[in-house]
This record gives sequence, C-alpha cells and structure tokens, in this order.
Amino acid sequence: MILHELIGYDVLRVIWWLLLGILLIAFAMTDGFDMGVGALLPFVGKTDIERRVVINTIGPVWEGNQVWFILGGGAIFAAWPPLYAASFSGFYLAMFLVLAALILRPVAFKYRSKRDSVVWRTSWDWALFVGGALPALLFGVAVGNVLLGVPFELTPDLFTLYHGTMLGKLVGLLRPFALLAGVVSLMMLITHGAAWLSFKAEGAVASRARAIGSVTGLVTIVGFVLAGLWLMFGIEGYQLVNAPEPNGPSNPLLTEVARTASWLDSYSERPWAVAGPVLGLIGMIMTVIGLRAGREGSTLLWSKLGILGAISSVGMLMFPFFMPSSISPDSSLTVWDSSSSHLTLFVMLFATAIFLPLILVYTAWVYKVLWGKVTETDVTDGHSY
Amino acid sequence: MDLDIVELSRLQFALTAMYHFLFVPLTLGLSVIVAIMETVYVMTRRVIWRQMTKFWGTLFGINFAIGVATGITMEFQFGMNWSYYSHYVGDIFGAPLAIEGLMAFFLEATFVGLFFFGWDKLSRIGHLVVTWLVAIGSNFSALWILIANGWMQNPVGAAFNPETMRMEMTSWFEVMFNPVAQAKFVHTVSAGYVTASVFVLGVSAWYLLKGRHVDLARRSIAVACSFGLAAALSVVVLGDESGYLTTHDQKMKMAAMEAMWETEEAPASFTLLGVPDREARETKYAIHIPYVMGLIGTRSLDTPIEGIKELLQESEQRIRSGIVAYDALMTIREDRGESSPEVRDTFEEHGGNLGYAYLLKRYVDDPREATEAQIAQATDDTLPEVFPLFWAFRIMVGLGFGFIIMMAYFFWRTSFRGRDYPRWALRLAVIIIPAPWIAAELGWFVAEYGRQPWTVDGVLPTALSVSHLSIGDVLFTLAGFMLFYTVLFIVEMGLMLKYIRQGPVEDVKETDVWMEQHKRRLSRPDDNSHLASAE
Repeated sequence: MILHELIGYDVLRVIWWLLLGILLIAFAMTDGFDMGVGALLPFVGKTDIERRVVINTIGPVWEGNQVWFILGGGAIFAAWPPLYAASFSGFYLAMFLVLAALILRPVAFKYRSKRDSVVWRTSWDWALFVGGALPALLFGVAVGNVLLGVPFELTPDLFTLYHGTMLGKLVGLLRPFALLAGVVSLMMLITHGAAWLSFKAEGAVASRARAIGSVTGLVTIVGFVLAGLWLMFGIEGYQLVNAPEPNGPSNPLLTEVARTASWLDSYSERPWAVAGPVLGLIGMIMTVIGLRAGREGSTLLWSKLGILGAISSVGMLMFPFFMPSSISPDSSLTVWDSSSSHLTLFVMLFATAIFLPLILVYTAWVYKVLWGKVTETDVTDGHSY
Repeated sequence: MDLDIVELSRLQFALTAMYHFLFVPLTLGLSVIVAIMETVYVMTRRVIWRQMTKFWGTLFGINFAIGVATGITMEFQFGMNWSYYSHYVGDIFGAPLAIEGLMAFFLEATFVGLFFFGWDKLSRIGHLVVTWLVAIGSNFSALWILIANGWMQNPVGAAFNPETMRMEMTSWFEVMFNPVAQAKFVHTVSAGYVTASVFVLGVSAWYLLKGRHVDLARRSIAVACSFGLAAALSVVVLGDESGYLTTHDQKMKMAAMEAMWETEEAPASFTLLGVPDREARETKYAIHIPYVMGLIGTRSLDTPIEGIKELLQESEQRIRSGIVAYDALMTIREDRGESSPEVRDTFEEHGGNLGYAYLLKRYVDDPREATEAQIAQATDDTLPEVFPLFWAFRIMVGLGFGFIIMMAYFFWRTSFRGRDYPRWALRLAVIIIPAPWIAAELGWFVAEYGRQPWTVDGVLPTALSVSHLSIGDVLFTLAGFMLFYTVLFIVEMGLMLKYIRQGPVEDVKETDVWMEQHKRRLSRPDDNSHLASAE
C-alpha cells in the first residue's frame, strides 16, 4: 500500500497532534459541563425535585459526551502508542481514581432515581459529586505534572521505568504547581457546569448556579494567571537540542533534549501561541460577566472559548513535547518521535475524516431534539432520571 | 521481570474483562430484541408492543450503564497495566479500538439518551430509528473489539521494525479482514443474541408461571424463541468456523483444547470426555469418537492434525531460531542502521521467531545466554494448561447445544401448539437463565487462556507485556476493583430484580390516545374482538 505516502509522515504527525487537542478540548467542552454539574449538584439543588432537574439537564447527553474522553484515550493509543504506554502506567493510581469516578458516574445517573429512599438518593448525589469533581481535579493535576516533567526513563528496548514508590507516585503527583493546575481545572469546569445550568434550568436552580459560577469563574481567572506567572519565573522548560527530524522513526531515545529556563521561552519562537492564553482569559472573563448579567446562551459559548484557550495554551506552549522526562530528558516523548507508523496514522486519519463529521452532525441533531429548558414538570413524566 | 506482577496483572485483567462481559452479551442481544419489538409496534400500532419495548428497554438501560462503565476500565487497562504491550503492538492494536469509539460507541452512547428521553420528543419512526441506531452501534462495537482481539490470536498484516523496537502495521486490510476476527465477531454477537433470548424467555416464563402480564410474556416468548433459535444455531456453526481457523492459526491452542497429545493419522478422532494429565502427556479415561476431530479441524478426511508433542518440538526449534534473530537485532541496533546486509538477511530469515526468544526473558536477561535447561523450560511454557481448557470448551459446547434444543422446543410450542407451554418447561426456562453467561465466560476463557503464554500469539509473551509497577500498586487496584465491582453487582442485581418483579408499567396515556384515534372503528361491534385483551 503506497496510498498513505500521499500525505507526509511529518504532516500526519502534526494533524494528529491537532486532532488529539481537538478531542481533548471537545471532551472538556461537553463532558466538562457534565462534571461541573455533578460537582455543583449538592449545592444548587436543595430539594429532591430540584436535584432531579439538575440531573436531567445532562441526563440524555452525558453518555455521548463521555465518549469524547474514550475517543481521546483510543486516539492516544492508536496515534501515540509510546505516550499511551508511558502516561497511563506512569499515572497508575491517579488513573485508577479517575476510572473509579467515571464508573461511579454512569451508575449514579441511572440508579439514583430508581428507588424512593432518601438515603439511597443522597448517597448517589454524593457519588455524582465525586464522579464530577475528582476527575476534573485530577486532569488538571496531570497537566501540571506534564509541564513539570514526569520521572520516567526508557530502556533501549523502550520499556518504561518509573522512579518512586507506589504511594510516592500518587503523592508525588501532588506538587504545588500541579495542585494549582488541578484547582484551575476544577474551577473552570464547575464554572462551565454553572453556565450550562443557567442555560438549561430555571428559577432557584439557575440563580444558585450563577451565584456559585461567578465566584468559581473568578478563582479560575486568578489561578490561570498565577499558573502563567509561575511558569514564567519558577519552572524550567524543555527543548530539543538539535533540529527535529519530523520524518524520523518513532524512537524517543534518538532525540536529545535539554532543559531551558522556562517553557515561555518558546513564545519568542512562536509569538502567535500567545493567542491561547489571551483567548482563554477573554473567555473566562466574559463568562463571569455573563453569569452575573444572567445571559444564558452566550455565556455557555464564552465558557467554551475559555476552555479552548486554556487547553490550547498548554498544547502550544509545549509543542513538540507531549510528556517530558524529568530524570532522563532524552526519554521525553515528542510529536516527532512518539507516533504510530506512517500507515497507521494515515488509516486513522481516513477513518476520522469519515466519522468525525458524522458524529458532529448527529450530536448536533440530538442537542436540537433536546433543546429547551428542563422544568420540574419534565422530570415527573416517567421518562427521566 | 517480576513474575508476581505478571500474575497479579493477569488476574486483574481477567477479573475486569470477565466482569465486563457479564453485561456486554445482554447489551448486544437485548438492543436488537428491543428494536425488533419496537418495529412491530410501529408497524402494527398495537400498544402492547410499545409496552414491551419500554419494559425490556428499562432492563436494557440498567444493564447498559454498567457495561459502559466497566468498558472504560478495559480501554485504559492496556496502558495502565500492560504498558510494554501497548508500546509493542499499539501501532496495530490501538487502531481498531479508536475506530470502535469513532464509528460505534459514539453512535450507541449518543442515541441511548434519546431512546429513554425521546419518547415524547420524536415521532414514532424517529424513535424507531434511534433504537436501531443504538442496536447497530452496540453490534459494531463488538466488531472492532473483536478485530483487535482477533489480531492478538492471529497477528496478520504487521512486521517488526528494529528502529522503533515494535510491531508496525503493514496492511490495514489484512488486519481488518482477519478471518479469525470475522469468525469471532459473528460467534460473539450470536452468543449475545442467545444470552438475551434466554433472558427474555426466562423472565417471561416466570411471569407466565405467576400468571402475570400474560400478553406481554407470551409475545416476548415468541420473539425470544424465534430470534434465539436462529442465534443458537449460528453460535454453533460459527463456533465450528472458529475451530477450523484455530487449527490453522493457533495449533497449540487447538491441541490443548482437545488434549491431542500425539499427531494422529487423518482423520483424527475426537475425545468426547476424559481427564487430561499435563505431566504424563496423556488423557485418562478418554472416550473417543472416530473421524470427528479431523472433520472439525480440517474439513477433510486426509489432513492430519499435529499433536502437542510434535508442536512442542516445533516450539523448541522456533526458540532456537528466535535466539539467532535476537542476536541479529542486537547487532542492528548497535550499528544504528549501518549493519552489513548479512546481518539484515539473518534478521529477515529468523525475525518471525523473535517472540520465541522473548519467552526466555522470563528466565534470563539476555536470551543468547540461555542454558539448555532454560530453553527446555521455555518450550514447556508454550503449552497452556490442558485440563481447564479441555473442560471449559466441552461445557461451553454442551451448553450451546442445550440452547438450540430449548429454543427449538419453545419455537415449536409457539408455532404449532397455540403458545401453550407446560409448567415444567417454563420452570426450566427460569432456571437456565444464568447458563448463557457461563457459556460466554467459558468461551473467553478458552480464547484467552488458551493463547498463553502469549499476549499476541507467537509475537509477544505475556510475561514481557506488563508495566513497571510495584506489587502494592496492583494489589491496591485489584482490591479496589473487586470491592467496587462487587458493590455494583449487588446494586445492579437488586435493581434488575426490582424492575422484573414490578413488571411493565401500563401505558395509560398512550392507550387513551390510541383509543381516541380509533374511536370510530372501535364503535363497530365486530372490530372489538381483538382489542378485548387490551391489545
């Protein structure tokens, strides 16, 4: 098969870097509000019927939204196998906690309203809280750790070795900067959830959501700026020593990597990458203003822009790095040396080009069918959670 | 390589995979059965079919939730616990998993919400389309997962790349149209259809025994036994296809399943029952049926099937050839692309057996330094435990034939005996509900345990596939999964039983609307008859 050589290996790698970003951003934009709503549930819904309204705003869509995450995982596996292998095992216990939360969530959705007991329902409400808040926090912590560098090294057989004990590996993730990143992520998704509730719910639920969201939105902005300053003055970055080989074999050990004073040095090479944090801040600020002013649809869109800006800031700042190694910089995984083969990237792009537009079309249709606010009468008709 | 990590990781994978597969077959089958029921509803406009759709749909939803949740564990565990595997074969194995998400999982997950929430928001046809999309999505899911799994059994369309130290895809078409994967797919979805049919049949039989929801139960039995009969036949026929392919591609697995110690003259006899003894390399108390094995395994009367002893000799040769390949690989790697053509030729010649050299890594860091005793040990490793495979396979096949008989019986009573079922048959239908799950789990056991000592047959040994984790890591998550999954299982069973006991909800609103629309017809006395039982 020579068809795949129509598109250069280097181009495919950049496309897949972009696609991975798109998948993660789509996940944060859609399932992000599901997680935010989960984290807000105990606080914006005081009565059982209010909580059911909250749950039913996301009831019909969370399942589809969550697939962005599963697709993101699948895309990392298929397009960036060394990254999948090193990151999922390197963050082993954190991944387990994310899994536990993600398993808890669907079950809680389906089962919560199937019994009439207060204890049963309150327990599942807190399960939804954990299922929303814990992954939102941990994703941010993971991003923070990737920026700091992860303690792994590759053997000549490309077997991944980690440093640190079991507990050390989990506690070791909770470095101050990573915790700050976790807080930003959690607050950003809670704000996003508040924007969603203000759009899909009404009355007391919506106004409580707006009140909480405008506070968490401010915390997000402050945290995001703090993290930027910290990166500027307190954290070393990474860079390639030699010019990259964009068509080279996917063997991370073949590229040499050195530390730099700061990740932000890359802005001098790629000034346009500043667009990420600028968009992010605009989105976050407009979200807070929108929540305070009670604007509904536009606030949700601004919040999505904030998420897009925040995630793409990290991606563009680190390019071409995915996961730098703090103990053996040459083992660092980059766009140029951790991809699948040329053929696999092409096949996957082909499949994505067919199915991603279809997914967008039918997802949009589902949202259209479900358009409109969820009211208290809606949740008592027997078709709801 | 720490063996305990390997054993613990295997245990965790087996546990989570088998748990996941408690929910998958019912999802596969029930989605289709519900879609069939709704199709009948849309075509006949009879409210009872809508009630049936909703009732079985509720049970589908309870089951679906855990199926999805436990499926996420499966996707992530490759990276978490099998990181060298993920690196080594991710170039091939990752693609079908990702496409599963793109093509299938997205479809079912997006539309399953509308299935439950869309009754009042969509037209009849609109809702029916949604239901079918959920069913199609679930079934396509199985296709891609089995393409991935089929590649682990029969790794076609890939080659080792010394520069990247991993397997890389050479032909997507060979991977996608892998005959093992295709046979496995049809076998697996058919098994799912049987599972759901037995489930629907059993629950309905329980209603008939109790004299409750008789209309719903009778109609459900009619759907379940016709669908189930076709599926049960397909499972056995396609299972036979799997057997034929296994003879081709995984000779050792086949020989172990059948406890065929010696190469027999064609056509080989089939050992119906017996007690295989791995150490003594013989099957005690064996009952043989002449010719049958030759027919199943080779579809001919003159092709011999290799026995375990001969296959072990082949394994030993391949290990020795693998050591040559390993040596050449090390030279190539040291020379950084400037090695002599002779070395490259040597690797070309022996590279196919590289995985066999990796079997030695369990005993010695550098396979080139292996002693004869270590080679003998590694050779012995290529034979999986015979006894459990032999019996698991026989119980699965026995159950498979049992389902055909049961479905055929109910089909006959439904078609020719006026839907009148004797109480003993109904009781049997209730008792047999767990049987398809047992058969499905045993099937996976035979497929996966029978592939040992490999994760990818002949390419990558299980012992080499794991992540660099501590015992504490895996013990912690293993305990976590066990605790978590047990609680979920109890909750899920509790809810299932609650909703089964509660039975279908009378759909008053819909009935009123329907009566209103057909008022004129209903007022004519001769047309009232078929509505008497609230149809």
